[in-house]
Amino acid sequence: MTRARIAFWTVLVTLLVLLPPAAAALQQPFYLDLVRKAMIFAIAAASLNLILGYGGLVSFGHAAYLGIGGYAVGVLAFYGTTSGWLQWGVAIGASALVALAIGAVSIRTSGIYFIMITLAFTQMLYYLGISIEEYGGDDGMRIKTRSDFSGLIDLGDPVAFYYLALVLMLACLFLVHRIANSRFGMVLRAAKSNEPRSRGIGYSPYAYRLVAFVIAGAMCGLAGAMFANHTAYITPEFMHWTRSGEIMFMVILGGIASTAGPLLGALVLLVVETLLAGWTEHWQAILGPLLVLSVLFFRRGLAGMIPGSRDG
Amino acid sequence: MDTGSGSLIDSPRDFLEENFMICRIILAAAITLAFAASPAMAQQKLKIGFITTLSGPGGIIGKHMRDSVEVALDQLNRKVGGLETEVIYGDDQFKPDVGLQVAEEMMKKNGVDIMSGIIWSNVMLAVQPAVNKAGLIMVGTNAGASPLAGTGCNELYFSTSWNNDQTPEAMGKFMQDAGVNDVYLMAPNYQAGKDMVAGFKRYYKGRIVDEVFTRVGQPDYQAELSQLRAKNPKNVFVFYPGGMGVAFMKQWSEGGFRGQFPLYSVFTVDETTIPALKHSVLGQYETKFWSPDLKVPASQKFVADFQKKNGYLPSFYGAQSYDGIMLIDSAVRAVKGNVKDSKGMVMAMRKANYNSIRGKFTFNVNHHPIQDFYLIKAVAGPAGKDPVMEIQKKVFENHKDSYYKDCKMKW
Amino acid sequence: MPLTLVLEQLLNGVQFGVMLFLMAAGLTLVFGIMNLVNLAHGSLYMMGAYLTVAAVQWSGNYLAGVALGLFATLLLGMLVEVVALRTLYERDHLDQVLATFGLILFFNELAAIFWGRAALDLPRPDWLQGHIELFAASRYPLYRAVVIGVGLAVAAALWYVVTRTRLGMLVRAGASNRSMIAALGVNIRLLYTFVFGIGAALAGLAGVMAGPIYAVQPGMGELILIQVFVVIVIGGIGSIRGAFAGALIVGVVDTLGRAFLKPLLGTVLSPTAAEAAGPALASMLIYLLMAVVLALRPEGLFPSRGGQ
Repeated sequence: MTRARIAFWTVLVTLLVLLPPAAAALQQPFYLDLVRKAMIFAIAAASLNLILGYGGLVSFGHAAYLGIGGYAVGVLAFYGTTSGWLQWGVAIGASALVALAIGAVSIRTSGIYFIMITLAFTQMLYYLGISIEEYGGDDGMRIKTRSDFSGLIDLGDPVAFYYLALVLMLACLFLVHRIANSRFGMVLRAAKSNEPRSRGIGYSPYAYRLVAFVIAGAMCGLAGAMFANHTAYITPEFMHWTRSGEIMFMVILGGIASTAGPLLGALVLLVVETLLAGWTEHWQAILGPLLVLSVLFFRRGLAGMIPGSRDG
Repeated sequence: MDTGSGSLIDSPRDFLEENFMICRIILAAAITLAFAASPAMAQQKLKIGFITTLSGPGGIIGKHMRDSVEVALDQLNRKVGGLETEVIYGDDQFKPDVGLQVAEEMMKKNGVDIMSGIIWSNVMLAVQPAVNKAGLIMVGTNAGASPLAGTGCNELYFSTSWNNDQTPEAMGKFMQDAGVNDVYLMAPNYQAGKDMVAGFKRYYKGRIVDEVFTRVGQPDYQAELSQLRAKNPKNVFVFYPGGMGVAFMKQWSEGGFRGQFPLYSVFTVDETTIPALKHSVLGQYETKFWSPDLKVPASQKFVADFQKKNGYLPSFYGAQSYDGIMLIDSAVRAVKGNVKDSKGMVMAMRKANYNSIRGKFTFNVNHHPIQDFYLIKAVAGPAGKDPVMEIQKKVFENHKDSYYKDCKMKW
Repeated sequence: MPLTLVLEQLLNGVQFGVMLFLMAAGLTLVFGIMNLVNLAHGSLYMMGAYLTVAAVQWSGNYLAGVALGLFATLLLGMLVEVVALRTLYERDHLDQVLATFGLILFFNELAAIFWGRAALDLPRPDWLQGHIELFAASRYPLYRAVVIGVGLAVAAALWYVVTRTRLGMLVRAGASNRSMIAALGVNIRLLYTFVFGIGAALAGLAGVMAGPIYAVQPGMGELILIQVFVVIVIGGIGSIRGAFAGALIVGVVDTLGRAFLKPLLGTVLSPTAAEAAGPALASMLIYLLMAVVLALRPEGLFPSRGGQ
């Protein structure tokens, strides 16, 4: 890494680490929750970045795994299982399985067809969620006790949860970075930039894409489990296609195929949304054009403004 | 200056540009924190948080609610309970997690003393636990989720609306008492739809021709209407709120069903949807705890002031929100402005000692009103204007919801 | 299940399909010829309805209002193309999806700012009310029959223009090879703007037809946007023929599913199971259909011949 990048990451991490005490000192505990939510979404965005940014798979159905992860926590809690190890394990495992099933079918298609079919699958899951009354249907489910990690960490403590989210987020960003720069990742990226040629040298993109898809789904399932703990509430709305769009925006805004992009995108989008919504009820009339402009002109995203950030 | 990356640095400008991003992050963080730090507030001001949906679909309801809160504030001279009051409005965007975030912001950043509002059950179920856990009183002014009336009842939660099941229960009772014995049911396939049908069936014991659940947000009901006509029921009961109701009603009229089949509904035809439907609603029956023509002095004053200020007729969403502010006013008065005295506030609220738009009422053990329900009918409005809802008769007197026995509170 | 009911539901399905076709035609035209994924197509449908409401109120006459509203939508479409979408032609689908998603937010809020959030009323004139007798005592709303007629007429007109006129030839040629056409002296930018405007007008027409029977309110476009995309994916992107076939298939399958799935399930499952599964399955039906079609023919049923 270049010195500039080391400096960038040091400052970023330091700011995030110092936020809780700063917020407490300034008596602004709200920002703790906001940034924690951003970090959880950064994990979801990072997982999407793996398949979208590096792999070129425009999945409009990524929010489905937020829902699956969240419901894993909610349903298990409903039946009395509050062990975080089990809940989060199931969240990751179930998401991986569903991603495998959906990916196996979807990755056969490409382009707009891929977008549509991933969207279709997430809509199906959404309607399924609404119709299951035991788990509240669209009223959703309250999660009365947060995931319990054998007393190692109390998720009810906002600061402890914040630091856990920080650590997990950094781990996920790092994981995506390592995967993207491994041999596996190189094949994925080659397939994105020139598929016929990568076939020509003997790699079949399908298998690589499917594996990436499953990893991304599992990581997003983790984000879902964390999100359910963050809101102490889960609804099928987590899986709506407009949520997928939001996560996509975070990836694009932050800069696709960059390591810090997902985090920057999540932070900026959530903060901007919160500020705008507090300012006017017609905030969508402002956010909409902002998003359009950012797509049109902000080609390398926020991360593109980091000096020396050619990802490699 | 050697950066090791090979980029060309040979001037201070380049240094700045190089570290631009870092500087920007630090600057942004500093600005944000400075921006956020608010000056300490003196307690003589009362802050009420009001969460509703102001953007997107459902925004019309939020508008009704906000306009009603403003009418209440005007009547109280902007002083609730004698204290200078600031109402902070929040937009939940119809999403539970956004509602929760807004509530957290109001509690932690704005330091509200009491929370109110919320249209949707799923948003309420996400927000109420957080608000009550923080020790704040929550006055719900619409959402009537059943857990809150039953096992989830809370000392710090009050409702100035109803429990979801009560309104369809009233319709079921009316039809049962009227000797109706043949009904076709339709509702959207989500929790509220299922609740409405369940509430209806709790009191209506006659024959149900069919129960049809349609997709949420569906714009076209022609297929379902053809099925209905083939089954040829004697009566039809539906629940289609918001835009779904507008679409359904239009197609009901246009398909020639109006006049052919008596139509009864809940939460489908009201002052938020009549402007779009106009005469296509004439002759339709609904049940509700309130109507703008209710002859209760407090209600008549509210309706008159609202129409004068806003130029349109208020809906029950508004009446409930107005009532919420008045309830809070009575409680703050009772504790003589000492809002921090939650126990005192709760005791005062339980007395329901204020002029409610529904008339004199008492709270049930679960802090939901025990109130009357009426059969209302859409009739022609004053010349050239939209139809209005008119009370026909009382269906329930002092009706309790069906969940209060599960509530463990005693007082 | 009486035959007349099935026939009536088929007719309902065709009518719904025709509405979908009006939307899908514009979308697939723009996608096929300009390779642009336009999520804001639903917003043009919404603006068509709103502008027509305004025009009818202003002129006092239904037909005049409809003509004005459609013309205004055409202009709006061209304006949007020139201002916001031109730069997107060269970009990849992801950028197009996101930029047009931003446009959706903007238009929804614009409608709310100008017309408020409450649903509006677009009344039908008297000569469009009433019923027609179709078969064996089955009264079908005249308005819906007119919608079917209009949709079929538009389909025929589109087919004629695209295959038999010079304009259509230019449009198809431009899709195959843009620079060649420009070299031959055709103003390709103007052509694209015009095509987009036509697509917008088609969406606006769907909005006008929907106005009297659906709720005219902010966000009305998103309610059918997904179904329209399903239609063009099933039908094959870029082909009007595919849009027509896809629209009819989706319209009929969705309608028949909503009408008959629960009773059918009731014959094999218990009533309570059918109660729960029927509606849920009916909402998912067209997505399942799309998945099946894509599994068998990944390019849709009638992919366009001009390669992208």
